Order: sequence, then structure tokens, then C-alpha cells
Amino acid sequence: MTLLIAMSLLLSVTIVAAALLAIRGSQSLAISILAAGLVSLLASVQFLLLAAPDVAMTEAAIGSGLTTFLFFFVLGRVRGGEHD
Amino acid sequence: MAYIAMTTGFVLILIGLYGALTNRNILRMIVAFTVANTGVNLVMVAVGYLHGRTAPILDAAVPVAEAVARIIDPVPQALVLTAIVIGVGVTALMLAYAYKLYESKRTLDISAFKDLKW
Amino acid sequence: MISRFFVILLLFGLAVVFSGLMAGYSPDEVLNLSARYYAEHTAQDIGAANIVTAIIVTFRGLDTLGEVTVLFLTAAIVGLVLSHGRREGRGLERELPPAGELLSTGTRLLVPLILLLGAYVFVNGHLTPGGGFQGGAILASAILLLLLTDPLRRISHRLITAIESTAGLVFVGIGVLGIFLAGGFLDNRILPIGSLGALFSAGAIPIIYSFIGLKVGAEFSSMLAHLSETEDL
Repeated sequence: MTLLIAMSLLLSVTIVAAALLAIRGSQSLAISILAAGLVSLLASVQFLLLAAPDVAMTEAAIGSGLTTFLFFFVLGRVRGGEHD
Repeated sequence: MAYIAMTTGFVLILIGLYGALTNRNILRMIVAFTVANTGVNLVMVAVGYLHGRTAPILDAAVPVAEAVARIIDPVPQALVLTAIVIGVGVTALMLAYAYKLYESKRTLDISAFKDLKW
Repeated sequence: MISRFFVILLLFGLAVVFSGLMAGYSPDEVLNLSARYYAEHTAQDIGAANIVTAIIVTFRGLDTLGEVTVLFLTAAIVGLVLSHGRREGRGLERELPPAGELLSTGTRLLVPLILLLGAYVFVNGHLTPGGGFQGGAILASAILLLLLTDPLRRISHRLITAIESTAGLVFVGIGVLGIFLAGGFLDNRILPIGSLGALFSAGAIPIIYSFIGLKVGAEFSSMLAHLSETEDL
């Protein structure tokens, strides 16, 4: 098994684990948002392994960075609603 | 290797849909939609991968004359670039609506918003 | 609420569809026809080294026009939906402590560097991986750093709106110029193509992508500024 395939497998297992963490209803909301950001970041590395550097850059900057910031901005404004 | 990425993408779509359908907090539903969005992008980029070839950029590694034999399909990458940017725009819209919903009823539980239900 | 059993049933049906798709998928051996056309004709017709950039800006430029429109609509709707939340003149009700020495000095050092990096990424979009959307996101992250350091700072919405509208207008203007001076809408041959790999090559692609980058950066900054000006509920 070549190095690329091994790295791909490792990334995929971590992505699925982080996604399962992100949707659990009993997790605190901040941890769910951070887990979604982690899924996006690892997907960006997976894009690089699939020979797509443009898409990797876009996903890292926009999907991982800006989306997590937007979530935390709104989370800070709705204190009290997050425990429903 | 495209198989691994495609399987991961499909599994992410299923996980995201499950999270969106079973969570009751609106913010958690939006997080699950984001995960499903990432899964869709992963599937689309994985379709364009050809074994043993490199990125579609013409430089020292890929001279112009052998471009046809050395690069992968560039069209899915262009489509996914557009999809990622629009995805974050739609997420920002959903978050703005979540804020206004909280402002009107002081709760983020989806079962409290039954005004449109028949 | 939908009961969990039906959810699992639906997801199982979807999983069957997906596995059917995957069973019928076999990776290609050679490029398909449209990819081969793009690979062969980019270097001599367009002159850009980054084939994905050439596809986004010239070959499929109408898709980019649609995407820019959708982003503009999104930013406008976020501004509209959140604009009634702030009652002017009331100010912030809780006292914020001043930002630490590390944060304010670091911001002053880093913001010009981040803006420079963003400009570099979208000016070199036709040579290396990068382009307008990535550069615009980097520009918006510089504005985000300013907002994090000083949450009470009023980012002038008039300036952001002016930048965004001007950039969009120039983008469409260059496209229309392509109809009169060259082959069609958003044709990049209105400027000379130059040699492959030089900075001033590929015709009008650097100019088009720079304006797209400015527009996208201004839109993301306006979304962030609107979200940070909402009231603390």
C-alpha cells in the first residue's frame, strides 16, 4: 500500500470520526462547531492529495476559516438559546 | 484512491443528513448542513481524479506539449470552487435567519416555530 | 417531529442509491473530450498557466458571473435582515475591557501583511494555484482581525459598498468590452496574451480576477461587519 493511499485512509477515518462528533446532540455547541471546522480542514488536505490545489486553498480559507468564524459570531449573540 | 475519497464523501452526506433531521436546535442543524456540504464537494472532486496524474497547472513539471497526458480533469475543480463559495454564502444566510428567529421568540428549538404548520 | 425510524429508513434508501452509483463508477484512463480540449487549447488561445483559472474566467465565464450575482444577493440579504436589529444611538450596554498589548500591536503588524498576501494571491491567479476567491477570503480575514481586536470599531459600510459596486461594474464592463474588441463576452484577448508564465500574460485575466477578488473580499467583510454589529440578545 503506497504512502498516498495510507494517508488517504487515515484522513478518511479521522474525517468520519470528527463528523460523528459534530452531529451528536449531547455535545456542547462550541465543540460541535469546532468539529465541523476540523472536518473542513481535513477535507482540504484530502483535496490536495486528489491533485486539486485550487480547491484545497479555497476550502481551507473559506470553508474552514470563515464558516467557523460566522458560527462563533452568532453563537456569541444567542447566549441562552444554545441549550434547547 | 478516488474510491476512498468518494466513499468518505457519501458517508459524510449521510451523516450530515442524519444530523439535520434529528437535531432540534437550529444551530446544530446548520452545522450538520455544513458537514453534508463538505461531503458533496469531496465526491465531486473525487470524480475528476485520474490515476497517476498531477494537478492541471502548466509549469516546469507539466510542459505544454504533454499536458494532455499528464493532468487530471480540470472541470470538476472549477465547479467545486463555485460550490464552496456559494455554500458559505448560504450558511451566512441561515445564520442570519437563526439570529432573527431567536430575537423573535427567545428560543432556538425548532418545535417552537409552528406558525407555518397546517 | 419525524420519528427516528423513518429517518433511518430514508438514510438506508439513500445509502442503497449511493452504493449503486459507486458500483457503476470506474475511474477514467484518459481525459474525456472537453478536458482534452481545455488541456490542448489553453496555452495558445488563453495564455494562462493555471488551467482552472482559464476555465473559470474565460471558458465558463458566465458561471462566474452567476456566482458573483449570487454572492451579491447573499450579502445584500444579510445586510437587510440584520439591519433592523440595531437601534442607533443606544450604544453598547456592557463595558468592554481594552484589548491587550499583544493583540493591538500584533494587529497593527499583521493587517498590512495579510492584505498584501491577499493581493498577491489574486494577482497571481493565472500562474499558480490561487485566484480571486481565495484572495478575497484572505482580505476578509484581515477585516476580521480588525473586528476581533476592537469590537466597537465602526467599519464604514459606505466604503465597503462603494468598493463592491465599483468592482462588480468594472467586471461586467470588461466583459462587455470583450464583445466589441474581441471574440465575445469576457474574452480575455482585449489585451495582448504575452508569454506563458510571465506576470503580465494571459490578456485581461489578471485584471478580471483582481476585481473579482476585491468584490468577494468586500462582500465577506460586509457580512462580517453586519453580524458583529448586531445586538447582544
